[in-house]
Amino acid sequence: MTMTTLPTAVGTREDAGGAAGSTPAAPSGPRRRRGPSASQWAAVGFAAPLLVYLVLFYAYPLWRNVDLSLHDYTIRAFVQGDPEFVGLDNFAAVFASSTFPAALWNTAFFTVVSIAFQFTIGLALAVFFRSSFRLSGFLRALFLVPWLLPLIVSSSTWAWMLNSDNGIVNSVLESFGIGQINWLTSPDTALIAVTIANIWLGIPFNLVILYSGLQNVPGEVYEAASLDGAGAWRQFRSITLPLLRPVSAITILLGLIYTLKVVDVIWIMTTGGPGNASTTFAVWSYREAFGTGQPDFSPAAAVGNILILVALVFGFLHLQLQRRQEAS
Amino acid sequence: MHHTRRKPVTLVTAVLGTATLALVGACSSGGAGGGQASGGDSTTYTWWDPYPQHDASSDWEARVQQCGEEAGVTIQRTAYDTTALTNQALLSAQEGTSPDVILLDNPAVSTLADTGMLTTMDEFGLDTADVDANLLDAGVVDGETYGIPIGANTLALYYNKEILDAAGVDPASITDWASLTAALEAVTGAGHKGITFAGIGTEEGSFQFLPWFWGAGADLTQLDSPEAVEALELWKGWLDAGYAPNSVIQNSQNTTWEEFLTGDFAFVENGTWQVNSAAEADFETGVVQLPAKDGGVAPAPTGGEFIVAPVQSDEGRYEVTRQIVECMTTPEGFVETANTFAYYVPPTEEGQEQLLAESPELETWVEAVRSAKGRTSDNLGTDYPKISEALWTAVQNALSGSATPQEALSAAQADAEAATS
Repeated sequence: MTMTTLPTAVGTREDAGGAAGSTPAAPSGPRRRRGPSASQWAAVGFAAPLLVYLVLFYAYPLWRNVDLSLHDYTIRAFVQGDPEFVGLDNFAAVFASSTFPAALWNTAFFTVVSIAFQFTIGLALAVFFRSSFRLSGFLRALFLVPWLLPLIVSSSTWAWMLNSDNGIVNSVLESFGIGQINWLTSPDTALIAVTIANIWLGIPFNLVILYSGLQNVPGEVYEAASLDGAGAWRQFRSITLPLLRPVSAITILLGLIYTLKVVDVIWIMTTGGPGNASTTFAVWSYREAFGTGQPDFSPAAAVGNILILVALVFGFLHLQLQRRQEAS
Repeated sequence: MHHTRRKPVTLVTAVLGTATLALVGACSSGGAGGGQASGGDSTTYTWWDPYPQHDASSDWEARVQQCGEEAGVTIQRTAYDTTALTNQALLSAQEGTSPDVILLDNPAVSTLADTGMLTTMDEFGLDTADVDANLLDAGVVDGETYGIPIGANTLALYYNKEILDAAGVDPASITDWASLTAALEAVTGAGHKGITFAGIGTEEGSFQFLPWFWGAGADLTQLDSPEAVEALELWKGWLDAGYAPNSVIQNSQNTTWEEFLTGDFAFVENGTWQVNSAAEADFETGVVQLPAKDGGVAPAPTGGEFIVAPVQSDEGRYEVTRQIVECMTTPEGFVETANTFAYYVPPTEEGQEQLLAESPELETWVEAVRSAKGRTSDNLGTDYPKISEALWTAVQNALSGSATPQEALSAAQADAEAATS
C-alpha cells in the first residue's frame, strides 16, 4: 500500500511546485507565444550545462533503473534489447519473496541501531571535546580515523577481528571465560556484528557535525546556567540538547539515508549471510545484480527502486526540516 | 522570508526540468543498441581475459602477443577480474563493441551463448573432437559448441605431511568418506586442526561443496535428495565435531589456503592453482584425490577458462580470430599455456601426455581433471547459476545452524525450482 501512495504524493508535489517555479522563467499560457526574451534565453543558456549534467548523471540513471524494474531483463533480453514489459511483476515477486521479510527486518534493525549508537556516542564525544584540554585536538583527530580508512580495509579488519576461531575479539572474550561467539557465521549474531562495525564507521561523521553544532552554542549560556547552580547533567539536558536540536535532526536524517544504502561493509564482512541473516535491501539488490554468476538486473532494480523511494521520503523530510530551520 | 521562499522554488524547477529531459533521454536511448561496431581496426585485435595478475610485462602477455604476431596482427589485451569480465562482456555485446576474443570462466559460457553473442566453433571451422568431453561440456549448449577450453583446473585434497606423519595417518588410506573422517579424528586427537574448506556464500562455496555433493551420488536437478543431505551432513558433522573450524562458513578459497599455510591444518580442499605455493610451503605437502562417499574419486567441478569468439558485424575479422584461437588450442599451445600458468592442465589427451612427460609430478591433477565434471553440464546451462545460488545458501544455512541439512536443502530445492521454471 505504501508503495502505491508514495510515488503519487511525490509526483503531485513536483507538479504543483513546478508550475509555480516556472512562472518567473517562462511566462505560462498564451503569453508564451511571443517567445522568451533575450535575457531569458541567456538564462537558459547559463542553466544549460547544469541541466545537461543533471539529466546525464541523475535523471537518466534513475530512469534506466525504473525501466529495468518494469521489464523482464533476462541476460538474453539485456543483450538483444528486447525485454518483455511486465509492469509491476518484478515488484510483486520482490514482495512475495521469502527474502523480503528478512531483508525488511534486517534493514530496519541495521539502520535504527546504527543511528542510535552512532548518534549517542557521537554526541557524547562532541560534548566531551567541547571543553578544550591538552591534546583534545589530537584525540579528536584520532576519532576521525575510521573516516579516513578505505572501507575495504576497515571492513576486512573487522572481519578478521571477529573471526570465530582466530579473531582477537573471541580470544579476549575467552580469556575472560566467555566461550567462542561465532560473530559472522551464526545467524543470531551476524547482523549484530556488521552493525557494530558500521557504528564504529559512522561515529566520526556524527562527532564532526555535532561538534561544529556545539560551537554555535554561546558559552555565556553555560556560564549563566552554572551561576544559577545547574550541574553538568542539567546543563546538558536544558541547554545542549534543545539548542542542538536542529543540527541533531539533520545529522540523524543524513545518517539514515547513508545507512540505508550501505552495501560494502556488509558485503565484505558476511556477503549478507549466513543464508540471509545479514541481508539488507541494499545488499539484496547488489547480490541479485552482481553477486551471482548470472546477473538478474530486473529484480535488482526493483529492490533498488524501493530503497530509493524510502530514501526519498527521508530526503524530503530533510528538505522540509532545513526549510523550517532557515525560516526560524 | 524572501530567502526561505526562494530555495524550494529553484529546487522544484530543477526537478521538473530534469524530469522532462529524462523523458527525452529515454526516447533517444531506445535507438542505441542497434549497430555493431567492430572492436578495433583491421590490424588490431581485441582480447579480454580474467588474469589481471599478469601485467603487460608478463610471460602470459608475451604468449598472447606471439599468437597475434603469427596471425600478422597486434593483440590489444585487457584483463578484468572474473565476475567483472562476464558483466563487461554483456555490456559490450549490448553496445555492439564486443572484443574479438574472450577467455571466459567456463560456467559463464552457456550464459553468454544463450544471449546469442557468441559464435559457434562450427562456424569457425574448428574441430573440437580431441577435447575431453567432460571439459568441453561446459561450452556446449543444445548440441552447439561455443568455445574451447584452453586448460582446466579442479579441486583435490592437499595435506600437511608432517601432521599426518605425527598422527600416524597414511594419506593413501583415504579412499572414502569414512576413512577421511577417521583421519580427521586422528589428527584432531593428536592436537592439530583437521580440515578447512570454503563455505562462503558465493559461487566458490558451491564449487567447493560439489565434489561431496556429486561424490554422494546427488544430482543438481534434485537438491534435496537423500544423497545431497548426506553430503551436507558430512560437512555439518565435521563442524560439530570440531574437525573443521566454524570460520569455514565465511572462508574463501584464498583464506583457506592462508589457513593451511600456517601449518595448523592437516587438510585443505583447494585447487590446481596452488601447486606452486604448496611446493614453497614451510612444511612438506602432498595431494590426494577427493574421495567419493563409498570409495573412488569424487567428480570435482572443472575450473578454467574457455576461449570464445563473440559475434562481430565485420565477418572478415573471423579469419584472423580463427588463427588466434588455433594458436591457443594446439597440443603445443596447451602445454605452453600450462607452463606459463604452471597450473593449467591441457584439455586434450595429447596435451596431457605432453605435459606429464615434462612434469610427471602433476599426475594427480591430470587424473583429477579427467574425472572432473562441468558445473553447467547435464544440460543445466543457464539454470546452473540459479541452482548454485540455492545450493550455497543451503550450505550456509545448514553450517550456521539456522536450519538442519534436510530443511536447508528442501528450501533450496523449492528456490531453485522457482528460479528456473
